[in-house]
Amino acid sequence: MTDEEARSLRVGDVLHVSGRLFTARDSAHRLLAGLIERGERPPFEPVPDVVYHSGPLAVREGTGWRVLSAGPTSSTRLDPFAPALIAGLGLRLLIGKGGMGERTEQALEECGAAYAHSTGGAGALAARAITEVEGVFWLEELGMPEAVWLLRVRRFGPLLVAIDSAGGNLYREVAQQVETQRRAITERIG
Amino acid sequence: MVKPDLVSHLVSGLRVAAIRLPSDVARALAQAQAREDTPRAQSELATVLAAVDVACAGSVPLCQDTGIPTFFVEAGERSPHLSLLREAIPAAVHRATREVPLRPNSVDPFSGRNPDDNSGRGLPPIDWQLVPGDDVRIHLRLKGGGSDNVSALCMLPPNAGLAGVKDAVVDHVVASAGNPCPPTIVAVGIGGGSALCLRLAERTLWRAVGERHPDARAAALEEELLALVNETGLGPMGLGGRTTALDVHVEYAFRHPASLPVGILLQCWAARRATVRVDRRGKVEVV
Repeated sequence: MTDEEARSLRVGDVLHVSGRLFTARDSAHRLLAGLIERGERPPFEPVPDVVYHSGPLAVREGTGWRVLSAGPTSSTRLDPFAPALIAGLGLRLLIGKGGMGERTEQALEECGAAYAHSTGGAGALAARAITEVEGVFWLEELGMPEAVWLLRVRRFGPLLVAIDSAGGNLYREVAQQVETQRRAITERIG
Repeated sequence: MVKPDLVSHLVSGLRVAAIRLPSDVARALAQAQAREDTPRAQSELATVLAAVDVACAGSVPLCQDTGIPTFFVEAGERSPHLSLLREAIPAAVHRATREVPLRPNSVDPFSGRNPDDNSGRGLPPIDWQLVPGDDVRIHLRLKGGGSDNVSALCMLPPNAGLAGVKDAVVDHVVASAGNPCPPTIVAVGIGGGSALCLRLAERTLWRAVGERHPDARAAALEEELLALVNETGLGPMGLGGRTTALDVHVEYAFRHPASLPVGILLQCWAARRATVRVDRRGKVEVV
């Protein structure tokens, strides 16, 4: 993905991604942020510019791996470390579910990156777009869900751009509408 | 030999649960899709329903997060097979982790190590209830961490009354937003005490969508809460829409005069469950 492509993404755009991406959850975010802080590089190069918040379910097949199911995990837990990864690794697209907080939103804006929603629970469908497991890192230390999986995907999606680099945030829009409804409901309940 | 048979049936139960969404849940999702009137909500549910089909067709786990396999045993007090269960259940989880497979999800809270087989101190969680009769029903479920993370315990002042309970449920669903993968099944336990209200809520997770509580007052509360939760407009995946919950299940116990405990659990749409039955003669079946 080029810088221009990432910057032009807007809330509501629907995408399918082809190419390389890596998975990272809580522990991998902590480790990667630590490496970045010490001026070191991740053990996988070149680092894809797309991160997928996911802990795949994979099986060994011959000398490699096959991913059976790989939907998104809740991105909000990754908020404390996401800005460091966006800036330090040059990420252009974050894929997850449930949205992220203000710090990440700000980092997306500063670095011209976007956050896209993938449908939670639909892991069997998402895995069909994974054509190859290029490698898995920190598997021994972190276990299957928390390891970094380097994946090659073809038409991975549909993904919905939910936070863009121009200050658009779909979750905030929905939250405002829902809050109005909630107030009306609370009043009626008494 | 009941024991090897029991272990293999429990493995089958775990396999069925991981791969095939119960028909009541799938039906409710299809009905929800028909009810939605925005492309975004329809598209989320279309993706969900496509994943349900792909999982079945390919015999692969629907969601990668197969949770911490969790059990509720209704143990007939006159069953001659009770002594087998304590060992058979962990053995089945161990085997299913390799054979289905289930994602190895157990982590030592002190070292952070994952033993890679879903084993570990205190696991799998088993909730035992003695019931009359000689049948044993072993209910199992696989609930993802994202939906378990948004569980709530509200110790309300008794004067908050039922209105307070309704408020707490609506507020909690709204605050949880898209994190538990809506449309959810909302489980509400009322009364009993802090631990019991959560356990009452948990036990409703094995009910079918559309099943009402036998007590008319609890059933009416379920229907009212379902309407209120869906009025919020949070919608599928928290992206807006008419279907925030597929159902609400309520269970209750009498409360202490000083307390009105409410336990709230949100079950993701991928409500994976199964039941294995062992009769008096040792016949085992996945029901």
